[in-house]
Amino acid sequence: MLEEEVEEKRVFKIPVGPQHPALKEFENFTFTVDGEKVIDVDFRIGYTHRGIEKLAESKTYIQNLYLCERICGICSAAHQGCYAQTVEELAGITAPPRGVYIRTLIWELERIHSHLLWLGVAAHEIGFDTLFMLIWRDREVVMSLLEMISGNRVNYAMSTVGGVRRDISDELKHKILKGLDVLEERTKYYKEVCMKEQTILARAANVGILSKEKTLKLNAVGPTARASGVDVDIRRDDPYGAYDEVPFEVIVYDTCDVLARILVRVDETIQSILMSRWILENLPSGEIRTKFARKIAENEVLGRVEAPRGELLYYIKSNGTDKPERLKVRTPTLANLLPVAEMLKGGYIADIPIVLAGIDPCFACMDRALFIDENSEKTWVWDKEQLRIYSIKWYKEHGKEVVRERWKQ
Amino acid sequence: MAVLSKLVKWARIKSPWIIHYNSGGCNGCDIEVVAALTPRFDVERFGILLKGSPRHADVLVVTGPVTRQTKKRLVRIYNQMSDPKFVLAVGTCTMTGGVFRGGYGVVAGVDEVIPVDVFVPGCPPKPEAIIHGVVKLLEKLQKL
Repeated sequence: MLEEEVEEKRVFKIPVGPQHPALKEFENFTFTVDGEKVIDVDFRIGYTHRGIEKLAESKTYIQNLYLCERICGICSAAHQGCYAQTVEELAGITAPPRGVYIRTLIWELERIHSHLLWLGVAAHEIGFDTLFMLIWRDREVVMSLLEMISGNRVNYAMSTVGGVRRDISDELKHKILKGLDVLEERTKYYKEVCMKEQTILARAANVGILSKEKTLKLNAVGPTARASGVDVDIRRDDPYGAYDEVPFEVIVYDTCDVLARILVRVDETIQSILMSRWILENLPSGEIRTKFARKIAENEVLGRVEAPRGELLYYIKSNGTDKPERLKVRTPTLANLLPVAEMLKGGYIADIPIVLAGIDPCFACMDRALFIDENSEKTWVWDKEQLRIYSIKWYKEHGKEVVRERWKQ
Repeated sequence: MAVLSKLVKWARIKSPWIIHYNSGGCNGCDIEVVAALTPRFDVERFGILLKGSPRHADVLVVTGPVTRQTKKRLVRIYNQMSDPKFVLAVGTCTMTGGVFRGGYGVVAGVDEVIPVDVFVPGCPPKPEAIIHGVVKLLEKLQKL
């Protein structure tokens, strides 16, 4: 309907553009603005709808491993691992300890790569491209480690029903430990940068506030919830994989702003590096997978894991054949969409890119924004890149007063 | 005129600006395309620059299996690019729909919608493979 209105009024319209280099899936946000302030947010999702859940019903349990992996290219191991462990529970088999440990290692390495990717994107959103390039350079270290383990940089195909597909040799273990040392040093440096650098503080502190009450009410998950003082982490609350044995801390910040979201992710990256090291040093010996009968008797299971972006849910129902009767996925970004609308309200237009990026939208990202000015009823459409450029320009002009105001609070 | 057209050709080969479009893929190829732009692989040394508007770009980099929702928009972006324009399809999905083939929401294949110059296979292709695809495209430009 809104699109029709734009057609009618047509003040000025810039067509659907391609998006921004890192998060560029389709998503349409509609912001109602009064001058510079955002009053209301509306969104339309579903541009990337491919019909995966229906497609999964026509594939066997083994084929679905590779389909589920490709629901999201950034948290592919979380999706595949979650699917695999849910099917294991469905079939009533358990993976051998070595397999479980290797699977957990992949999950943690993936968290490192995903959080570093996000940090780079956040730096890009606030116009700090030097940091973006530096972080992405260091992210290549963990990408190489994943490539050494699995043979591919993004979709690893490591988990399978009943364990993992590839073993880790002692030589490889040594190489991974070396890579982790480099990552730890660099991540600690980035933590210092994020805490002290004025550019980041000015753009992230006290921006995109989401109070603890709202977080609980709107059901935010993952780092977004933990940055608002909600102490939830599936890895600790409902241990799966090897998480009941691996020591780690759940990072919680309570300043509720974008800066807290940045710091939660940096600290989690450091935790993941420590966890990966612990796993490698305590890797049990033995088999990496058990056999799995292709057909599963009637049953239904709900499985969940802590993906880099938050709680990921899988529901699978079997009907005695080698194909699932129903597969249902709830991704963390879907849970974080309503909270992000809350964060944007009351903020400036110029803060939209960083606040939106703050939840780390994975499977939904906005490609264009439609603006409605309440007073003049002027409507126009922007794409993401133009919005980013606008935000950087706006902060150059108005930055000082706004930041001063924020510091006062 | 001959000198001018030579100059234009030289400029075109030395600075192919790209526009990146995700037609409903899993993000895997997209982060690899971005990785190709960042320091380790750095395609900017070939004069390749990522642009935000289709009107500024020479090469359309498409990823994903083309969902029914994005199909119309893909055509629209392609039509907005000025001639001569080239299409680089990255990933297995762009050829056949890959793992999503058979899903009710996908068209399965970029070449069903717009003409493609170079396909880069892989799920997702490594940045090296994407660079190789770009170099192949530059060779094609040379012959133009």
